[in-house]
Amino acid sequence: MAGSNPNAKPMNLTLKVWRQPNRQAQGKIVDYQVKDISPDMSFLEMLDVLNEDLLRGGQDPVAFDHDCREGICGSCDLFINGRSHGPEKGTTTCQLHMRKFSDGDTITIEPWRASSFPVNKDLSVDRSAFDRIIQAGGYVSVNTGGAPDGNEIPIPKEISDRAFEAATCIGCGACVAACKNASAMLFVSAKVSQLALLPQGQVERKTRVENMVAQMDKEGFGACTNIGSCAAECPVGISLENIAILNREFLAAKASSNNLA
Amino acid sequence: MQLDSKIPEGPLAEKWEKHKFNVKLVNPANKRKYDVIVVGTGLAGGAAAASLAELGYNVKAFTYHDSPRRAHSIAAQGGINAAKNYQNDGDSVFRLFYDTVKGGDYRAREANVYRLAQVSVNIIDQCVAQGVPFAREYGGLLANRSFGGAQVSRTFYARGQTGQQLLLGAYSALSRQIAYGKVKMYTRSEMLDVVIIDGQARGIVTRNLVTGEVETHSAHAVVLATGGYGNVFYLSTNAMYCNVTAAWRAHKKGAFFANPCFTQIHPTCIPVSGDYQSKLTLMSESLRNDGRVWVPKTVEMAERVRKGEIKPQDIAEDDRDYFLERKYPAFGNLVPRDVASRNAKMMCDEGRGVGSTGLAVYLDFSEIIKRTGADAVSQKYGNLFAMYEKITDEDPYKQPMRIYPAVHYTMGGLWVDYNLQTTVPGLYATGECNFSDHGANRLGASALMQGLADGYFVIPYTIGDYLAQTPPKPVNVDHPAFAEAKAGVQARTEQLLNIKGNRTPDDFHKILGHIMWEYCGMARTAEGLKYAKAEIQKLKKEFWSDVKVVGSGEEMNQALEKAGRVADFIELGELMVDDALNRNESCGGHFREEYQTPEGEALRDDENYAYVAAWEYQGENQPEKLNKEELTFENVKLTQRSYK
Ligand SMILES: Cc1cc2nc3c(=O)[nH]c(=O)nc-3n(C[C@H](O)[C@H](O)[C@H](O)COP(=O)(O)OP(=O)(O)OC[C@H]3O[C@@H](n4cnc5c(N)ncnc54)[C@H](O)[C@@H]3O)c2cc1C
Ligand code: SF4
Ligand code: FES
Repeated sequence: MAGSNPNAKPMNLTLKVWRQPNRQAQGKIVDYQVKDISPDMSFLEMLDVLNEDLLRGGQDPVAFDHDCREGICGSCDLFINGRSHGPEKGTTTCQLHMRKFSDGDTITIEPWRASSFPVNKDLSVDRSAFDRIIQAGGYVSVNTGGAPDGNEIPIPKEISDRAFEAATCIGCGACVAACKNASAMLFVSAKVSQLALLPQGQVERKTRVENMVAQMDKEGFGACTNIGSCAAECPVGISLENIAILNREFLAAKASSNNLA
Repeated sequence: MQLDSKIPEGPLAEKWEKHKFNVKLVNPANKRKYDVIVVGTGLAGGAAAASLAELGYNVKAFTYHDSPRRAHSIAAQGGINAAKNYQNDGDSVFRLFYDTVKGGDYRAREANVYRLAQVSVNIIDQCVAQGVPFAREYGGLLANRSFGGAQVSRTFYARGQTGQQLLLGAYSALSRQIAYGKVKMYTRSEMLDVVIIDGQARGIVTRNLVTGEVETHSAHAVVLATGGYGNVFYLSTNAMYCNVTAAWRAHKKGAFFANPCFTQIHPTCIPVSGDYQSKLTLMSESLRNDGRVWVPKTVEMAERVRKGEIKPQDIAEDDRDYFLERKYPAFGNLVPRDVASRNAKMMCDEGRGVGSTGLAVYLDFSEIIKRTGADAVSQKYGNLFAMYEKITDEDPYKQPMRIYPAVHYTMGGLWVDYNLQTTVPGLYATGECNFSDHGANRLGASALMQGLADGYFVIPYTIGDYLAQTPPKPVNVDHPAFAEAKAGVQARTEQLLNIKGNRTPDDFHKILGHIMWEYCGMARTAEGLKYAKAEIQKLKKEFWSDVKVVGSGEEMNQALEKAGRVADFIELGELMVDDALNRNESCGGHFREEYQTPEGEALRDDENYAYVAAWEYQGENQPEKLNKEELTFENVKLTQRSYK
């Protein structure tokens, strides 16, 4: 009872899946067959089918992260056939549908590969490095209460829209996985630009960029060599322009630092 | 037990101010001597954890997600209400209050709703100050839209991603407190029990989802902000991990569960396409501002559409039934959610549904596209249209969307008093996991408002009142109550692993979801509910003798996590059925077929059911005890809702 495409035929696929019991253990690729996959299924629904089969057969299901399945929470993070979130541009793994594949295909599924994102198990990785970068300065320091009326700070629509674009980063880490240097510049730049563009972000503008970049380095992410695979693979279209803003902000901050520490 | 809602005396508009003055304060120097546990870091929990830490309390925050930024709140699309009256269109705190009480079909507590409307304005200010990029007008001021049947424009939004932007705001505030060391953040930690000492909540038991380690954590108070339980229906618009476990464990430890049967079915979701379906996707309500809902006028024509013989575009105007516009000329396509959902179901029951399953109606944009052009429509709804096409492979610019109602939100939840305290002293519930503000039906854009109101502006005051009366002595996890709760959690894990049955947790979840949807969903009958109860009891037995989980508890084990959650859903499902059976009336999202007006609208029974049903756990397999909190309405007149 396919919804949209009643003629689409179910597919049989070979999956090559990264299995690794825990952070310390060795991992390896294991082959699985899945049958009768509807083209209307999402990629994760296809993995659900595999996992139900494994569990019924008494085997350990494949661990992977996901939650909203709507492309917004940033949980899902599969490296599919050598690409972050798979073949479809501007799409998270959970929004990728099996109609993008063909009967008989072999699909390789791996976790994000970056030393700053250690594997928890199978396809699930630890992205807490991103949280620590935000903790280093990705905020405006206002306490609850005492904020002025929302309309006391008019913001030109163009500026607000640009800040919004940058703020739509879902923190998935695809940019890091796509980069041969495992650089986190796109992620960091999205938050830095959002707050640098807005009047609310001005007071801490310099310390913010310095502290976030310092944390990024401390977490062991690689340097940016302007290849641009990050933006090409970003599911929500965070643009390279943000990296240019980040570089500018960083240089300006270094030139006239407020950071007295 | 006599339920005391602790509603402050005095006129409605002064209650909150007076209460804030009357609550006891914790001496600033003493605040650091108090530990507060916050479970859940969505809008409600993230806001609470950050605000409490700013005040000086030591906060321990927990989430089963890998980061606080991933809570289900992130997925909210449409917007957040606030009584700012920036549009000069007659909005006010009282009107927002009135609309919310009426929209909830008079089953919410007046005092709580009024406070919600009051603090709504502060939320917007707070979020703007954090750098939340709300939509703006060309003049630089904040933009609004009307939403979900409201007749004023009071909804603030950030394109179709309002929840994301609000949550990232709360997350940034929380991150700042984590950096200061005032919040200790535990990610990938699932709370599996509350620890109660001398009748007061003093801590929790968690399982580390990466290592499997079971841990105990102590505090002077515990705040639950663990979201809604819509996934009891298996398919819903909620994120996959949303579950009732935290609330349910608290319930079993003495927290009453209020109005569990009040669930909201959202009218505009992408219909089910196959058995493999894992979740449903919402198409924002804002689409009903411009889309027109219809089905073919005759069953014959609908049949031909279902078989693919004709396309919707080919059906002449005269052969279409714009049923909402026809039945509700005043509100048309903008009737409240419960009304829109029920009418869609009625059309499909009549055999006029569309799509290959017949379980869908059209939401048609052809007229607005003709009137304003595809570009203008794309400006407004581009991301939603793209998402629709991604999922269905159909282009909504060229053919109408197919939509069908889906479970979306749960108005029921842990019973709380005006201070958001449950029936267990020291245990609080905020956001979607409490029952407090939406009565029998929630208005669009009001859940985000409630979550942030609770977290930023209510709990920081009310918890102080409790802590001020609690000695600032450290609470020690050496107390035997912790070991006991921990042993209970470990035993349950072992039990789940040792059944070694034949069916997966998902197998059981799907069956439960089917029972709930068919008999405790959009339309309910006494007979159906009784049948459902028996089926659920049977399912529970089967679960505990036939569920299959492999591996061990000492590792990352997602099937084990799932099994524990499904077990709790099964028990909750039975209580929802009991509650629906008890409520011999129709109101809001609770539609009992026996109780309807001649026109088929919900027929309330204010004489006998203007109360909150608060259920008290009585022990394993014992019927729960019903406690009633009578609702009194002094500021609104109870009327039959009419959207004609
Ligand atoms: C698709 C969709 C769109 C929506 N759009 C809107 C909208 O436009 N406007 C609106 O007002 N409302 C909307 N809603 C409703 C609104 O998003 C939710 O009601 C609200 O975000 C709930 O927030 P919360 O903080 O209470 O819970 P959640 O955001 O669900 O957070 C729950 C938190 O609790 C944690 N948690 C739960 N259980 C445990 C446990 N046992 N142990 C540890 N941690 C736990 C989770 O990890 C998470 O951090 C929408 C809902 C959906 C499904
Ligand atoms: S910048 Fe793009 S790819 Fe990188 S974390 Fe953000 S959303 Fe993901
Ligand atoms: S599961 Fe949320 S973005 Fe994919």
